[in-house]
Amino acid sequence: MRIRLLVSTQKGLYVLGQQGEGWALSQPLRFGEIISDAVMDPRPGSRMVVATRTGHLGPTVVWSNDEGATWQESRKPPAFRAGSARSVDTVFWLTPGHPHQPGVWWAGTAPHGLFKSQDGGETWEEVAAFTEYIAELNQREGYAGFLGETPGGALTHSILVDPRDPEHLYVGLSTGGVFESQDGGNSWAPLNQGLEADFLPPPSNGPYHLYGQDPHRIVMHPLEPDRLYQQNHCGVYRLDRREGLWHRVGRNLPPEVGDIGFGVAVHPTDPDTAYVFPMDGTSVWPRTCPEGRPAVYRTRDAGCSWEACREGLPERAWWTVFRQALSIYPSDPPSLFFGTTSGEVWGSLDGGERWSSLAAHLPRVLSVRPVGAYQ
Amino acid sequence: MKVWFSSHFREYTGGQAEVTLEAPTPTLAHLIATLDQHYPGLAFRIVDEQGRLRPHVNLVVDDAFERDLSRALEASSRVGVVAALSGG
Repeated sequence: MRIRLLVSTQKGLYVLGQQGEGWALSQPLRFGEIISDAVMDPRPGSRMVVATRTGHLGPTVVWSNDEGATWQESRKPPAFRAGSARSVDTVFWLTPGHPHQPGVWWAGTAPHGLFKSQDGGETWEEVAAFTEYIAELNQREGYAGFLGETPGGALTHSILVDPRDPEHLYVGLSTGGVFESQDGGNSWAPLNQGLEADFLPPPSNGPYHLYGQDPHRIVMHPLEPDRLYQQNHCGVYRLDRREGLWHRVGRNLPPEVGDIGFGVAVHPTDPDTAYVFPMDGTSVWPRTCPEGRPAVYRTRDAGCSWEACREGLPERAWWTVFRQALSIYPSDPPSLFFGTTSGEVWGSLDGGERWSSLAAHLPRVLSVRPVGAYQ
Repeated sequence: MKVWFSSHFREYTGGQAEVTLEAPTPTLAHLIATLDQHYPGLAFRIVDEQGRLRPHVNLVVDDAFERDLSRALEASSRVGVVAALSGG
């Protein structure tokens, strides 16, 4: 099986695939567009769904059934209800629906919004109950400003669909926290106990705020869906759903590295193995590799200990790896990939042991999604 | 009524830089709605879901910039739909 990656960048979409002993890069697709996310449907049909915008024309979703040779635009792109005074600035995140629900897709937007398509991305409906829930959280006394904005806006991301139950969803809000629905998005509840938030005033009733935290990326183990990992603005966490408490396992990373970052990935079969790409979150938050030493850090004991995986990576580099740009493909051993703000794509075909450059000189990489992977 | 489009919008007009509408429309808002009937999806690239002109889109009526969508049009009006200068 030859691996292919959809590499979304600030200036277009690229397909990067194994060819011979190396990797081959396609010509840019949707050239010049800001591609927030691009996902190949892992279900039959292999439709490529792409969240895009240009600086002038605003956000939309397009799809291709022929690997980008031809494109169709959504007849009804994600948009808030007319009269609500809200407008979608960016379609930020795409998640294919449950394997038993062909045609279903989920999209997260900036400002915060959750949208659902039931026809392969051709039309999108606002999940009104989610919008109403967000509005209610914004109005709660004592929580003013708790659903804040990142430099990229108020981002709804990490839409996770439980493989055991298509009605069971998680989403992450930057900022806002982690939220869960048991009924397909009709009702929501916060899931933030254990998460720190050093940018908020201290909680007045209990050790943790009910919401307001800043998850950067949440992943769910595909075989043990009650095991979640999270890279947060304030650390790396593990959650076992039955316990319902996030544990800051990033405390076990070397102190000089810290546990700040954007992305996290979990091993396709071993729920105790996960990967992060730490960044410098000290002083003014440069968000580059700590001390300019790029490394993926891997745990094989659910976060109790971490080891640096840097063989093949440069001795010095000052990258940032965004939240969609660290990904894993379920080969055996798993293959890991990340794309950088400097337009490079790196990969490891042996679970992080050795790394090599797969592509360089691209525009800023926003997302790297392996074809055939659900994460 | 003639409407001219900068390159950004021509994906929606079948590549045409200028189109002619047989029936004049009373306002810019009406014009945008009429254009969408001829070129589906075009209106949402000019205005957002609340009907607000997108921030980096400019409308030009008879050689003057205009952001008021209630602006009245004449049968002889010449309208430009253009992308604003914006970098990045």
